[in-house]
Amino acid sequence: MAERGRVIVIGAGIIGAAIARSLVRGGSDVVVLDRGPSAGGTSSSGEGNLLVSDKGPGSELELMQRSLELWREIGPQLRDELPSGFPGLELEYKGGLVVATTEQGAQGLREFAAQQRTAGVLAEEVGEEQVRQLEPDLTRNYTSAVYYPQDAQVQPVIATESLLASARSGGAQVHQGVEVLGAVTSGSRITGVRTSNGDFLGDAVVVAAGPWSGQLAAKLGASLPVKPRRGTVMVTTRMPQRIQHKVYDADYVGAVGSGAADLQVSSVVESTAAGTVLIGSSRERRGFDDRIEARVLAALAAKALLLFPFLSDVAVMRAYGGFRPFMPDHLPVIGADPRVPGLWHATGHEGAGIGLSLATAEILTRELLETPGENPFRVDRPSLQPYLEEAA
Amino acid sequence: MRGPRRLPAEQDPVRPKDSGPVTITVDGESLSGLQGQSIAGVLMGNGRQSWRRSPRTGRPRGVFCGIGVCFDCLLTVNDIPDVRACQRRAGEGDVITTQEASDV
Amino acid sequence: MSEKACQVLIIGGGPAGMSAARAALAGGAQVVLLEAGDALGGQFWRHLPESRKGGEEQVLHHKWRHFNTVQRELRDDPGCEVVLGAHVWAIERPDGGQAPAVHVMVGPPDGADREPRTYLPQSIIFATGGQERTLPFPGWDLPGVYTAGAAQALAKGERVAVGQRVLVAGAGPFLLPVVTSLIRTGATVIGVAEASGWKRLAKGWLSRPWELAATRSKAGELGGYLREMVHHRVPYRAGTTVIAAHGEESVESVTLARLDADWKPVPGTQRRVEVDAVCVSHGFVPRTELALTVGCTVDAHGFVVVDDQQRTSVENVFCAGELTGIGGVDLALAEGEIAGATAAGTQPRASVVKARNVFRAFAERLQTAHGIRPGWQTWPEPGTTLCRCEDVTVGEVREVAAATQARGLRSLKLTTRAGLGPCQGRTCGRNTEEILSSCGLLDPGRTARRPIAIPVRLGELAATTSSQREETP
Ligand SMILES: Cc1cc2nc3c(=O)[nH]c(=O)nc-3n(C[C@H](O)[C@H](O)[C@H](O)COP(=O)(O)OP(=O)(O)OC[C@H]3O[C@@H](n4cnc5c(N)ncnc54)[C@H](O)[C@@H]3O)c2cc1C
Ligand code: FES
Repeated sequence: MAERGRVIVIGAGIIGAAIARSLVRGGSDVVVLDRGPSAGGTSSSGEGNLLVSDKGPGSELELMQRSLELWREIGPQLRDELPSGFPGLELEYKGGLVVATTEQGAQGLREFAAQQRTAGVLAEEVGEEQVRQLEPDLTRNYTSAVYYPQDAQVQPVIATESLLASARSGGAQVHQGVEVLGAVTSGSRITGVRTSNGDFLGDAVVVAAGPWSGQLAAKLGASLPVKPRRGTVMVTTRMPQRIQHKVYDADYVGAVGSGAADLQVSSVVESTAAGTVLIGSSRERRGFDDRIEARVLAALAAKALLLFPFLSDVAVMRAYGGFRPFMPDHLPVIGADPRVPGLWHATGHEGAGIGLSLATAEILTRELLETPGENPFRVDRPSLQPYLEEAA
Repeated sequence: MRGPRRLPAEQDPVRPKDSGPVTITVDGESLSGLQGQSIAGVLMGNGRQSWRRSPRTGRPRGVFCGIGVCFDCLLTVNDIPDVRACQRRAGEGDVITTQEASDV
Repeated sequence: MSEKACQVLIIGGGPAGMSAARAALAGGAQVVLLEAGDALGGQFWRHLPESRKGGEEQVLHHKWRHFNTVQRELRDDPGCEVVLGAHVWAIERPDGGQAPAVHVMVGPPDGADREPRTYLPQSIIFATGGQERTLPFPGWDLPGVYTAGAAQALAKGERVAVGQRVLVAGAGPFLLPVVTSLIRTGATVIGVAEASGWKRLAKGWLSRPWELAATRSKAGELGGYLREMVHHRVPYRAGTTVIAAHGEESVESVTLARLDADWKPVPGTQRRVEVDAVCVSHGFVPRTELALTVGCTVDAHGFVVVDDQQRTSVENVFCAGELTGIGGVDLALAEGEIAGATAAGTQPRASVVKARNVFRAFAERLQTAHGIRPGWQTWPEPGTTLCRCEDVTVGEVREVAAATQARGLRSLKLTTRAGLGPCQGRTCGRNTEEILSSCGLLDPGRTARRPIAIPVRLGELAATTSSQREETP
């Protein structure tokens, strides 16, 4: 479906931003609409992990592997495209260390790493001495550790704003403070959107509204089972750097893959470029309840101390939270919606949308501007069918 | 004579009670003040105006707001980092290290 | 972690909180009063610690007898628990119509093993006060530049004078007591620079004089400060401010300039004055983090909106004192009394309601006469520090905002780093928002949000889970 015409992208988070840039480079006329400010939703409420370590073999891992290649390429491109005062992406290939603290956890971690290796992930089980070298201040009470040199990180808000600025410099219009209220249709086809600021017409409409995509898609005539999954992150004061990599407890892997609604906490601990330590993150299905709760912070702190006991005297100065766009079958939705001609989706990336954004944009652009190909993320995939009906 | 100083008790119209001395060590140097003073009070009573460096450009920092909101006055007390000097009372024998060397 | 139910919980032990506690007790309620410091009194009645108690402390204070009376009453009333060293670090909006749960660490400020407590009150009164707002100018982050409140706190609580040759600058009548405190702490005050010009001062203070007559105690208080200034020949200059501070490691001199009605410096009026300290305060901002976390509605200036009974928009939550507007101690006392009485389920005295309304009018005059004018944005240079914690300059913030075209503070904070340091935007938040207002911000007021109200240590946080487990095996 070669639609080189005008594309309306709803959502100025990292997914919408990446798509806008990629479509502009493909020759489309792009309009981005967001009801709030740019990077005001989930993309500024999480961390910037670009991880292979938490993904088992399958299409999500492949999407991430492709994304990592694209992240490598984009740094220098953006530097050329953006003005000199633009802050850098803080893209860092620091590698991750996954640590199990129980015998059972160690067993699971080893098996998981072995599967990942078959899919091309670098996952080295490391011994005592190497662990000491990688993380001198790590707890001695661990049972197994696997090093993932490919894990990286980016500053997600700067990344989102960079992609948007790049799209803008290529001609995209970005409207902040414009809420999409419904569809403009012609027959069964969507030909634009009604907004708080009048109608915007286009040849294609892309839903990239993060956790609000389900609500939005419903207004545009299609059901989509995207649900919010709350996460809370803590930030410490600055200190001399004592954590060198991303360090996770092995439970993280299980929590990401699980769909349970109750509170799950697994630590991801790392130092940021500014010298603060970021401690993430919880997973909980509580609708759009945006409270930062003391019990969640306490659980996060307890887990972090299991990995790095020295953090005990370090002060937490900030906590924030957001809603991961959760999909019941754990795969994002990328591509055309066969139920509503002209409607496209790029959403449902749960806790990995920052990492997956670039490859998501690549697929969507290819499908939209060239020829649709093999696409495991299409909305009519069998694993999503039961939920689509439920959501309708 | 410039900078901060504590008004000697004999000149003080408020007539504070003599609470006795308190001695703390600041980066190895011993400083004395009066029981009941804050750490910032002891430092300033000894003429010190700054004891911390800002993280990026290394500019000197000391007390700014004096009421615990600006966090300019942070220092390490008995190995616990990031203590607001304007809020914490000096304890006898407190070992203070300033966060002057901005090693982050 | 221990959970404690209580009837009326008051946060903040300054004039508003003390007055609220007293009124709630009089109304028959059982009261818990939380105060972070190790004494009651707040900023207004800050005094020497018990061990250095002054024989003549009243020389630094207004209404000192009243303070002592109320303090004694609260201490002696069995229905009142005063918790000192109580650091409220989080508060949670509850599900239904209950009051919020309040999470506290009790112990020394920034301590490491404080006792965690959670209070589950039936109603709650925020009396967390305000803090000064200092506008940035070149050199404002040099040691030797203090807020006026710092000079007050050091004088009253330590008997330390911030310098020997001190200039007091900014806006508002609250600069005057600072002069008195400095003089009585042995410093020489070389002048007071009030940013607002005589015309505005007259408009604010001299119109409708019959109304001011009702605020006699306030006028008496300010009159006393003025007499002291005259006595010590401290020059008072209206329409003048400090637009730069100079020095290497600390302030050696400042540049004063005359300001126009918008607070833009008038060309050719600059002059340099030698000082070793300068105390600057251009206004006040309320300390609203707790009120905002539980969802209280605030007005365009960030003050919590309350009704005639000091009720906020959140059920069972009241506010009193500087949180609702800046009007000085008399207003705080009246608001506290009304909030306390209402929270206890009783009617406030009619005379207090009247007093509150009178002093609210005083607060409006203050805004008319001394409110911050936009011309201040011409004082900083591109290299002037905006966020002291993260070393972010005014120029960097403007440049990044122009490059990203972002209209959200959340994004701008994370791209510029302004407000991300240990003070979490308490000092720079307002200034940053005003500088960025030309971007058409879609989320103004956001820099005041701080779900973690004060830093807590990870060990302390983690301990709250283990002790919970002990309690429920
Ligand atoms: C705690 C936490 C930690 C995380 N950690 C990581 C991590 O380490 N690595 C990683 O890769 N990912 C992480 N994530 C996930 C990642 O942040 C998300 O997957 C990603 O940001 C989703 O981007 P998005 O563009 O789809 O959504 P958003 O960023 O939420 O953007 C959607 C936009 O749509 C707008 N919108 C909604 N409805 C409408 C409407 N009707 N009209 C107009 N506009 C509308 C919203 O205002 C919003 O700006 C984390 C998430 C959380 C919560
Ligand atoms: S001087 Fe501001 S917090 Fe201590």
